[in-house]
Amino acid sequence: MNTSELKQIILEELGKVAPGADPNDLELDENVREGLDIDSFDHLNFLIGLHERLGVDIPEKDYGKLNTVNEILQYLSAVKM
Amino acid sequence: MPSLGADMDAGTLAEWMKKPGDVIHRGEIIAAVETAKGVIEVEVFEDGILDQIFFQPGQEVPVGQVLATICAPGEYQVTKAPLEAPATVAELPTVEIAKPNGPDAAPAAQPAAAPVATGPVRISPLARRMATDLGVDLNLIHGTGPGGAIQRADIEAAAKAQKAAPAPAPEPVPTPVPVVEPTKAEIPPKVEAAPPTAPAPEAKKAPDYQTAMRQAIAAAMSRANRDIPHYYLETRIDMSNAMRWLAEENTKRTIKDRLLPVVVLLKAVAKALTEVPELNGFWIDGAHQISESIHIGFAIALRQGGLITPAIHDVDTKTFDELREAMNDLILRTRGNKLRSSELTDSTITVTSLGERGVEKVFGVIYPPQVALVGLGKIIDQPWAENGMLGVRPVLVATLAGDHRATDGHKGGIFLEAFNRNLQEVEKL
Repeated sequence: MNTSELKQIILEELGKVAPGADPNDLELDENVREGLDIDSFDHLNFLIGLHERLGVDIPEKDYGKLNTVNEILQYLSAVKM
Repeated sequence: MPSLGADMDAGTLAEWMKKPGDVIHRGEIIAAVETAKGVIEVEVFEDGILDQIFFQPGQEVPVGQVLATICAPGEYQVTKAPLEAPATVAELPTVEIAKPNGPDAAPAAQPAAAPVATGPVRISPLARRMATDLGVDLNLIHGTGPGGAIQRADIEAAAKAQKAAPAPAPEPVPTPVPVVEPTKAEIPPKVEAAPPTAPAPEAKKAPDYQTAMRQAIAAAMSRANRDIPHYYLETRIDMSNAMRWLAEENTKRTIKDRLLPVVVLLKAVAKALTEVPELNGFWIDGAHQISESIHIGFAIALRQGGLITPAIHDVDTKTFDELREAMNDLILRTRGNKLRSSELTDSTITVTSLGERGVEKVFGVIYPPQVALVGLGKIIDQPWAENGMLGVRPVLVATLAGDHRATDGHKGGIFLEAFNRNLQEVEKL
């Protein structure tokens, strides 16, 4: 899986927890929770979505490393590739 | 029509989920009603057979008006009476006005009028709204879904057809359009009397949920500020133990089963209420009514604006996992517009958590007729002095807004103390 495919999956999963908002409008270095106005509940569901799509288990202590699309991309690339 | 909020005076019947003759059980959903808070599923509170229904989808029904009658299994008779004009329906006796918190969705009285014999239009609330938005008359559509149900595609096709063929057609020949069946009313009359430019009857304006919800919130909050003498208390809580316990607990759980701090906080509120039950209940007609069940109304902000505070039932008796599941389900259904009537009327206290956006403390407005509201801020690392030492701890500021008619600050203080104690011993919750 290449980076752009991974990014596509991230944006799709973000779109699922933030209906009405368009994740494509996010700056890659923007905090996704603030940018999409999602709460901790939505955020957890987003991580569950990534887990189901990609099979990665993200421990709770790593949640703080997943604030922006770039950070998420970096984190997932490291675990996945 | 049940009252689904202190300020609701009518609702629009959206859909019947059961038809006359169906066996129904307590807790089952029999109908969906559109209100300012979206489409709400109406539950029944007794077993029996759905006997007669008095309103059809699309009709606005005042609160307290009988929607349908339920009879005992032996009493049900299939009536073959002809379809009655709606005028008869309007003359039906009204039964008691539902109390703000009374689960009187199913009326006990038996109206004497003849039943409505036709089946309702089968259509989902979504498709119905679409039809209203597009100005499509449901009576003119042939549903192509299961059992003749009208589907989105049908509405879209009908809307397209309507657009293609402007209502007052210049030729008096009715052009048959797909899906739409022309009725007498639609065929342009051949007589000259009707001016060809006469506009088609204007489609009913789609309800503006944003405005309706704002008005519902405005009414409830104005009433709260007018009627309730609020008192406010605030306390700082060291969350070190709770957060440590939570972090450790979550390492043992798969991502799907992990607990958010709010689950622990709600449980701690419920346990504290068992110690100070006076804060859990209502002020109705000048009297304080304490509720035995603890149903926490949890404020959920909606993406499109506004908020809903559906009830999480019996929080005190739920385990952490049951509570996590219940909240997950409730939040998804709130945002998906799929709440049940009991969830809108049952709350015995409200909890609002505004920490998501860095709010440190919340001074809330009580939702009448409740008598208390607990406000939770963001858990933030702050300086904390203890045993003569200064350290940094994760700190939560919890507030209580209390109705001074029902309780005094002393009681409120005991509650916040119990809440704090519960959070120091999360493993015992």
